[in-house]
Amino acid sequence: MGAFVLRRLALAVPSLLGISIVLFTVLALAPGDPFAELATNSNVPPEVRVHLRASLGLDDPVALRYVHWLVAMLRGDWGFSFISRIDVATLIWQRVPVTLALIGSSQLLALAIALPVGTLSAVRPYSWFDRIASTIALAGFSLPTFFTGILLILVFSIKLDWLPFVYRSDVEATGWHAVAEHVRQSIMPVVVLGLFQGAGWTRYVRSAVLDVVRLDHVTTARSKGLAERVVVTRHVLRNALIPVVTLVALQMPTVFGGAIVTEQIFRIPGIGSLLIDAILRNDTPVIMGITFVFSVLVILFNLVADLLYGLLDPRIAYR
Amino acid sequence: MASSIPASRTDRPVSPWGEAWRRFRRHRMAVFSLGVLAALVAAVVLGPFAWHVPIDAIDFSATTQGPSAAHPFGTDDLGQDLLARMLYGGRISLAVGIAAMGMAVLVGVTIGALAGISRGPVDAALMWVTDLFLSLPQLPLLLLLIYLFREPLKAVFGPEGGVFVMIVLVIGCFGWMQVARLVRAQFFSLREKEFVEAARALGATTTRVVWRHILPNALGPVIVAGTINVAAAIIAESTLSFLGLGFPPDIPTWGRLLFDSKDHLDIAAHWALFPGGAIFLTVMAINFVGDGLRDALDPRRIL
Repeated sequence: MGAFVLRRLALAVPSLLGISIVLFTVLALAPGDPFAELATNSNVPPEVRVHLRASLGLDDPVALRYVHWLVAMLRGDWGFSFISRIDVATLIWQRVPVTLALIGSSQLLALAIALPVGTLSAVRPYSWFDRIASTIALAGFSLPTFFTGILLILVFSIKLDWLPFVYRSDVEATGWHAVAEHVRQSIMPVVVLGLFQGAGWTRYVRSAVLDVVRLDHVTTARSKGLAERVVVTRHVLRNALIPVVTLVALQMPTVFGGAIVTEQIFRIPGIGSLLIDAILRNDTPVIMGITFVFSVLVILFNLVADLLYGLLDPRIAYR
Repeated sequence: MASSIPASRTDRPVSPWGEAWRRFRRHRMAVFSLGVLAALVAAVVLGPFAWHVPIDAIDFSATTQGPSAAHPFGTDDLGQDLLARMLYGGRISLAVGIAAMGMAVLVGVTIGALAGISRGPVDAALMWVTDLFLSLPQLPLLLLLIYLFREPLKAVFGPEGGVFVMIVLVIGCFGWMQVARLVRAQFFSLREKEFVEAARALGATTTRVVWRHILPNALGPVIVAGTINVAAAIIAESTLSFLGLGFPPDIPTWGRLLFDSKDHLDIAAHWALFPGGAIFLTVMAINFVGDGLRDALDPRRIL
């Protein structure tokens, strides 16, 4: 297992490099000079500008600039926000836990829906339960997160007035009341993101279980007289989960996209809403920093999925 | 030979497309969705000819009104007619979806075919690029690209055209990977088949084998993936517009209408419900049609 983990870690390095090359290319191809602000500023004499360019390495060859940029990115040296004049790394790390909490809890909700519903559908294919579940899953999968968010706000905040629709990080209560308040205002964002993911995954789980349920070892397990529950959980699900893990990992970029939209709808102070604010205010260092963080998170989750994959299917780990 | 098959089954030869249509019709939701989709397309294409209210006629005596005879879908905060705006915006949303799908399919088929026909390092390199694109954080990158390239493209293609070209390019750039993988997988299995071998033995060049023999047979999954891609592109465009970073405010795409409506939810729910419902209906119809096409075009499935 140790060698397997190391091999996977080594494989993550080229993808990180690849993503960083894509990011850097986009940045390098982008029109406009990051120093345009200085060029138009008449208080900065031309020779100072030239000196500044040279000291920041802007006139170096592309390859060298890329290496410098990558080293700075990896060291967390992301510059200062144009708007708030705060260190970009500090700004982002303040907000990352909120985003991770949102994503984590919505993924748990999605799994809690997708696993049982998908399995039940596949165990009795084309039954009325399967038909209804598949139709709802396809409908849920077609509901974009921004529209679900608005619908939930309309129903639960405006019509029924049960839940707040703006997330507030400074709750006025203390102790358990504060915790309860945080949970209350997290319900809608988590449900929006969780339902969307859950609908997609239900389809994956269903088709994966459907593939496994017909295999011989399941028939053998049944004919041994094992209870149906044991057959499904021990013999079917464990095998069906292997492709599902891969698909879940492939979905990570979509999940982050959903998180950005959800944070924006409910004004949750995570990195997604920070990204949108930064774009609306032309705050380039923050935009770059967040895109980089998202890329690293995607690779990290892919790595976790790979390791899980090895755990679920020992054949892969010991190959 | 033909004479050995019962006459009742051979009196009418069935073309592959006829057979696909027969299979497609068995998926009731797909047929129904195809109808819904046709109605939607007809509405946005022909609607503006029948509904003459201009999209930007401001009327302060009728702001944020619910549906009425004069304004079937109600009005927004400037008293602009939402039906007219949705008909206009729908054209753009659907056009973006179809154009982005076209681009994704073109890129995907090219890369998939190149990888599938050339083994070894070319295949490995192309698949590495495909996997890399699959693990890029798409929405942040979309936003970054739009942030960086919005102005220059606006200068080249004009304000509307620039945003359109950019959004199609960017969404297309992130949608080709599934198609490429599918095409490559199809090529891998098809190029070992006897009829390809026969074509080779008859002296067909690689180009001819690819064009005449492999690609037409690999088309089924590509059509299904392309259908799903239209839905994904419509969602992507709506998402960008919803975040306020897609089309400019004077081009009311469905996502843009939702973006404008979200601060008036308490007084004008209809403003959000109609465009949101239109996106949902379109995307769901496309997904169902894709489901039906999957049943229809998979020759291994017996229906």
